[in-house]
Amino acid sequence: MHIVELITGTINSLCQPSLLFTAAVIVFFLVLFKWRSKFAEVRTIIWIEVLMAAFIAVSMLHPTFRDIVTKPDNVPIVGMLFLIAFFTWLAVSKMVKNDDRIAAGQDVENKKEAKELVFTWPDLVFSEFLCSIAVWVGLVVWSILLKAPLEEPANPVETPNPSKAPWYFLGLQEMLVYYDPWLAGVVFPGLIIVGLILVPYIDINPKGNGYFTFNERKFSITSFLFGFLILWILLIVYGTFLRGPNWNFFGPYEVWDIHKLEVLKNVNLSEYIYREFRLLGGKMPENVLVREFFGFVAVIGYFVGGIWLLQNKLLKEFYEKLGKARFYILAFLVLSMASLPIKMFLRWTINLKYIVAIPEAFFNI
Amino acid sequence: MAEKKDSMPAPIFPEAPEGVSRRTFLSWVSVGWVAFSAAMGASLTAVGRFFFPNITFEPPQQFKAGFPDEYAVSKVDERFKKRYGVWIVRNERGLYVLSTVCTHLGCTPNWLEAEGKFKCPCHGSGYYPTGINFEGPAPRPLERFKVARSEDGQILVDKTAKYQYEKGQWEDPAAFLELA
Repeated sequence: MHIVELITGTINSLCQPSLLFTAAVIVFFLVLFKWRSKFAEVRTIIWIEVLMAAFIAVSMLHPTFRDIVTKPDNVPIVGMLFLIAFFTWLAVSKMVKNDDRIAAGQDVENKKEAKELVFTWPDLVFSEFLCSIAVWVGLVVWSILLKAPLEEPANPVETPNPSKAPWYFLGLQEMLVYYDPWLAGVVFPGLIIVGLILVPYIDINPKGNGYFTFNERKFSITSFLFGFLILWILLIVYGTFLRGPNWNFFGPYEVWDIHKLEVLKNVNLSEYIYREFRLLGGKMPENVLVREFFGFVAVIGYFVGGIWLLQNKLLKEFYEKLGKARFYILAFLVLSMASLPIKMFLRWTINLKYIVAIPEAFFNI
Repeated sequence: MAEKKDSMPAPIFPEAPEGVSRRTFLSWVSVGWVAFSAAMGASLTAVGRFFFPNITFEPPQQFKAGFPDEYAVSKVDERFKKRYGVWIVRNERGLYVLSTVCTHLGCTPNWLEAEGKFKCPCHGSGYYPTGINFEGPAPRPLERFKVARSEDGQILVDKTAKYQYEKGQWEDPAAFLELA
């Protein structure tokens, strides 16, 4: 019994947001840049899926874990994780295969296929028909096996605790913990949509058109997968499995105690500067713009400095290839995307609440 | 089949009916547009009518909340949370009325007696019993409502007037009921 508690306790503490996030980011980059060819092997994905299944199966013995994972809302998300692992592997293994062929001077895998034309009927329509039947069967079985998670009639004064968005919005809800509603609810989702629409106009690299490749599109694939796997899927996992009552973090084996006390005293940047570092003798200036001066400097500095860094050091080639307009849009989007994990780390490490905090005017960054 | 390819039949343009002059046509078009606009306007008005329901189930904005000695000192009272969406908090000097709307995104926080704080279940914002925010993403404190004594000595809460801390409005005497 003791050893079980030791293991569950260790996993609980490893699932702390900062640790899990850091580990995920490190593994993400190691897999893409160091272990890519190992990851692309068939036995890797078999091992990953088997280990995931084994982890969940063994953990089912734990009542808390079982309750969360078998909740009708959450079952499909567990299934989704297996699919995400599989399709990521599938794409990466095709990339590795093609990159090897390109390196050996051969044609990419499906170049021949792409030239052979097939008929819409029966080739395409027939397989579509079979797929739609399979999906239909799946939906029927799902709807029979799992009850719709209905709750009691809505009551404006009784908010369910925890209150969770639909699973596909849990990434946004997690973002709302770190940012003001106008940013996390309006600006960032807008930027995600606009940014995705802009991709074909910014990305003028013709390589990888119709075939998988990593070496020829390192930046685009890495940034897409980072945004999707880390900033979307991982945050959905946080929201689904690890957020409990009062929106506190709970390890996978931790009982959802409504009275769990987490010290989260958050401090604005201006409060840090004037209260902790005793600038002006610890008195906050009356004028809002003066008070938040350092916050504005930090935000503007982040974007200006970031763009300078990308332009002159990190993405110098891109700047030359894309031209000014495309490059500055790209740099702005990349920096906006990076600002989410940066802000999350600032919150986790130094309890930073807002960099610019003007609650008087609903303007907080 | 037998026809040659280059012998295309001449296009036929329908002849304008007799008696419809340009002027008649344009005046009918005007009548049509006026009728169309009138119909659209009428239906929009009808839609707008739905913004003003016949009956509202909202509680009155002003209500009497009983006598001050019904409230224990340094306790958060939840009896009007459900009906009016307020907490009434009494301290040594008097009492004040807090809104139950989280300032982050509008959920209803819970009062946690053991921890002595309001805690929002949506994104984890936390507030002291004073209403001051101290954890989570909430950018500003909970709002307070106007509170006074009515003629019969009861507490009179007026939700039409709200007082925001960050604007310095809590200093307003109407935001706090002094109890000797």
